[in-house]
Amino acid sequence: MDDGYILQMEDIEKEYYGNRVLKGISLKLKPGEIMALVGENGAGKSTLMNVLFGMEQIRNTGGFRGRVIFDGEETHITSPREAMERGIGMVHQEFMLLPGFTITENIKLNREILKPNLLSRVFGKRLSGLDHGTMKADASRSLDRIGLELAENETVDGLPVGFMQFVEIAREIDKTNMKLIVFDEPTAVLTEIEAQKLLDTIEMISREGVAVIFISHKLDEIMQVSDTVMVMRDGENVCTLRKEDTSVGQLAELMVGRGVDAGSIAQKRSLDNDDILLSIRNLQVDMPGEGVKGLSLDVRRGEILGLGGLAGQGKIGVSNGVLGIYPTEGEILFEGEPLPMNHPLGVLKKRIAFVSEDRKNVGLILEASIEENIAVGALRVNDRFLKKTGPFTQINGKERRKHAEQMVQDFQIKCVSTRQKVGDLSGGNQQKVCMAKALTMEPKLLFVSEPTRGIDIGAKEVLLDYLVKLNREQGVTIVMTSSELKELRSVCDRIAIVTGGKLEGILEPDSPDLEFGLMMSGARMEQEFSTEPVENRGESVEKGPDTPETCGKIPDHDTERRRQE
Amino acid sequence: MTGQIKKIWKENVVTLVFIVLCLLGFAASGQTFSYVFSEVSSRLFRNFGLVFSLVIPVIAGIGLNFGIVLGAMAAQAAFIFVTHWRFQGVAALVLVALISTPLSILFGWLLGKLFNKTKGQEMITGMITGFFANGIYQLFFLVLIGTLIPMKDDRIMIYNGIGIKDTLKFEDSVANALDNIWKVRLDRIYWVFVLLGMVCLGILIWKTREEKAPGYRNRLAVYGAWEAALLVVLALCLWNGDVQMALKFTSIPMVPLILMVLMGLMVNIVLKTKLGQDFRAIGTSQKVAAASGIDVDRTRIVAIILSTILAAWGQIIFLQNIGNFNTYSSHEKVSLFAVAAILVGGASTRKATVKQCIIGIILFHTLFVIAPLAGKALLNDAAYGEYFREAISYGVITLSLVLHISSRKKGKRV
Repeated sequence: MDDGYILQMEDIEKEYYGNRVLKGISLKLKPGEIMALVGENGAGKSTLMNVLFGMEQIRNTGGFRGRVIFDGEETHITSPREAMERGIGMVHQEFMLLPGFTITENIKLNREILKPNLLSRVFGKRLSGLDHGTMKADASRSLDRIGLELAENETVDGLPVGFMQFVEIAREIDKTNMKLIVFDEPTAVLTEIEAQKLLDTIEMISREGVAVIFISHKLDEIMQVSDTVMVMRDGENVCTLRKEDTSVGQLAELMVGRGVDAGSIAQKRSLDNDDILLSIRNLQVDMPGEGVKGLSLDVRRGEILGLGGLAGQGKIGVSNGVLGIYPTEGEILFEGEPLPMNHPLGVLKKRIAFVSEDRKNVGLILEASIEENIAVGALRVNDRFLKKTGPFTQINGKERRKHAEQMVQDFQIKCVSTRQKVGDLSGGNQQKVCMAKALTMEPKLLFVSEPTRGIDIGAKEVLLDYLVKLNREQGVTIVMTSSELKELRSVCDRIAIVTGGKLEGILEPDSPDLEFGLMMSGARMEQEFSTEPVENRGESVEKGPDTPETCGKIPDHDTERRRQE
Repeated sequence: MTGQIKKIWKENVVTLVFIVLCLLGFAASGQTFSYVFSEVSSRLFRNFGLVFSLVIPVIAGIGLNFGIVLGAMAAQAAFIFVTHWRFQGVAALVLVALISTPLSILFGWLLGKLFNKTKGQEMITGMITGFFANGIYQLFFLVLIGTLIPMKDDRIMIYNGIGIKDTLKFEDSVANALDNIWKVRLDRIYWVFVLLGMVCLGILIWKTREEKAPGYRNRLAVYGAWEAALLVVLALCLWNGDVQMALKFTSIPMVPLILMVLMGLMVNIVLKTKLGQDFRAIGTSQKVAAASGIDVDRTRIVAIILSTILAAWGQIIFLQNIGNFNTYSSHEKVSLFAVAAILVGGASTRKATVKQCIIGIILFHTLFVIAPLAGKALLNDAAYGEYFREAISYGVITLSLVLHISSRKKGKRV
C-alpha cells in the first residue's frame, strides 16, 4: 500500500447540490516530487485542494467520496488545522499575512513559542508569555533556508509585494515535519525575476524531500519546475504526464480543448475593419480581482466581439470600466467622440447598455417586479414610459406593462405575471429580465458579461440565440464577456483574450485550441513547435478514466525530437 | 521635516485640537489652576477603569465596545444588593466586586455571542444592546423587586414597597471607602512621581541605546523630550506659585492610584501573552487568523468578557467615589463618555493603548470641567458651556469614526 508515496488520492468525487465538480480524480505523489496542476477555472483544482485540506465548505455540502492516503495511512482530514498538524501546508494566492505584524510574528502566527508564567499557571496556556528570542531565531533560520535576507522584526506592510510570497513560504517551511506544500498560483503577482527566484525556492524545498503541488496557469513555469503535470478539465483528470513527455503546446491544448465540433463554431462574416464603433486605448480599471492594466482594443460596428481569458485576468474589468462602475483611467472613443469616464449615466445616455455579471446586486432590483426592472433603465436614460400631467411627471404604467409583456413573450420568461418579484424567478429567467432591461434602453452597443453563468442549458440557448438575432436583425454591436470559451466560439466574430489585465491577442472562433490555451496562459510558443500529429507517444502517460483517447491524439514534438536524437 | 509634522498632525488631530480647546477654555473661564487641577485629578482616579475596558476590544478588531454599559449595570445591580444587606466599608466593595464579576462574565459572554452574529456592526449593536439591557434592568429593579422577588427595605425602596428608589445612596462607610484608605496631599509626594518617572525614562533611554533597534534614534528623541518635560514640571513644582497651590489643594487617593497602575499593567500584560497576540491577529485580519487556526469567534468572546469585567470594576471605583447613583440612568452615558475620552487620547477604532486612555481622560475631563465655567464667564450662562461640552463629546466620536472610515478605504493593500 505504501509504495513510497506521500499522498495518494483515489477516485475523489464531489457534488455541490447535484452538480458534479469532481468526477473521480486520482493522483499519486512521492516525497520530493513536484506535481503541477493545470486546468481552466472551474476545472476542479481548488475543490480538490479543499478536499485535501478538509475545508468547511466541503463538509457542509455533504463531504466527498473516495480515499485520501497520506503518509501511508488512510486519513480523513476535517479541518485546515488538522492538515497543518499532519504536515500539509499551503502558500496562498492572496497573501495570508497580517500587515501590521513583523515577519517573525507572521511566520510564527498561532504557532508562537510560549513561555509559561504565573498567569498561565492559573488561567491556562493562553496567558503564557511569548518567547520572542527563540521565535526570532527560528524565523531567521527559515528565511535563511530560502535565501532571503530580511530583518525579522520588520513589519510586513513595509515589504515589497514580491517579498510577501517568500514570507509565506518561510512560514510553511518553518513548520516542523512539513511533508507536502501546495502552492496556489504563487507567481501571479510576482515580477519575472521574483518568479524565477520563487521557482528556485520550490525546487530547493523539493530537494529536501518535501512534496509539492504547484497550481499555475503559467505553462512556461510548469515546464521549468515540475516533475509531473496533471491536467484537469471539467472535474476530470484528463491525463497525467511526465514533464519530459510533454510540451507547453500540448498542455495548452489539453487544458482548453474539448473538441468543439465545427458545426457549432460561428460562421465567418465579412465586416468593415475600418468602421470602428468603440475604440479603447490604455484602459486601466481598478476592479478588485479583475483589474485591467493598460488594455487597448477596437470594436467594429456590427460585430459580436468576445472577451475571453481566465478568471482574475481582467476580462470582466473591461466592460465594468467602460461603463464606469469601477474607477477607470484611459481613453475611450465611441463613434469618434470621447466617452465620459467614471460616469455610468453619461455612458448609458450614449446608448451603450450593460448586462452585468453580478445579476443579483448590479443587474436587478430583486425586490421589484419584472416590469419595474425592465423599465427602470429606460425611464432614466431614454425618458421612456413617462407621461406629463401638468407640472408632474409620472410613470406611464400601462405602456410599461405592455412593453414588459412583449419582452416576457420574446424571451420566454417563465413567470406568473409581469408584476411578479424578480427575486422569485430562477437564475435563467432573471438573466432574461436583465437582458430585456438592457434592450429596452435601445442600445447601439451592448456589453454582456457572463450571460450564461449559473443558468440552465435551455435558457442558455435562448439567450445566445437572441444575442445573435439582435446583432443580425437590429445591427446592435455586442461585446460579450464569458469564461466559457465554447460559448464565445459559437457566437462571436472575433475573440479577444485578456491576460494579466492586457490584451494578449485576438483570435478567430475557428482558431485551434492550442492558440487559445497558449494565450490564456500567457505562454509563448516555442518556435520549433509544429502541430503535426505524431502516432506514437511515451509510455509514461497515465490516461484519465473518461477521456483516454484525448491524450493519444496530441502532437508531441518533444518526445519525437528526443527519439530522433 | 514638514512631511513629518504633517504626519504627526494628521495622526493626532483630535488630541491636538483638544489641547488647544482646553487652553482656550481655561483662559476664558478665569478659574484658578489649582481648582481645575484638583477636579481633573479626582476625575482621572474615578474614570480610568471604564476607559481601560475599551482597549482590548479595539485591539481585537471589535471596535469601540459600547456594550460596556452591561458591565456598569452588573456593578450597579451588585451595589443595590450589597446596600440592601447593609455591608459596610471596604468589605462591601469587595463583595460588590465578587458579585459583579461573574455577572459581567455572563453578560460579556452573551454580548460576545451577539457580536459574532453581527460582525462589522459591533458598535451599533453594542449601543442598541445597551438600550435593550436597560429595559430589562428597569423591569427587574422597578417592577419585579418587591413583587416577584421579595425584598423589604424602606431605605432603598420606593414607599409602596415595589421597586428601588430613583437614587441609591450608599452606606456612609461605603462611599469613598477606597479613596479614604490612604490619601496623600500631592505637594508631599509629587517629587516621588516626578523622580520615578525620570528614572524610568532614564532606564528606557539606556536600554534603547543598548539595543539599537531600527528607528531607535527617533524613539530616543521622544524619550528625551519627555525627560525634558518632566524637568520643566519639576521646576514648576518647585518655584511656581500657582502650581504649588494646585499641589497643596490636590490629594491623591493612593488605593485607586495603585488600582489604576495594576489595571493598566493587567491590560498590557494580557496583550503581551499568547492571548494578546491572538487579539492582535484577529484585529488585523479575521481571515488570516482563521486560516492559521485561531478560533476567531471564541477569541472575540474572550475579549468582550474581559472588557465587561474591567467595565464592572471601573464602575465600582467610579461609584464609590461619587457615593450614590441614579439607579435608572447612571449607566446610560458610561459608554459615551468613556469612548469620547479614549478617542480624545488619540485612539481610533483600530488602535488603542493604556497611555492614550490616560491622556484622553485628562484632556476630555479638563474640557468637561472648564466648558460650563467658560460658558458662564463668556455668556453669563453655564448652560451654554454645558451644550458645548455635549456637542464636543458626540462630535469627537463622529469625527473619529469618519476619519477611521476614510483611512480604511485608502489602506486597502494586502
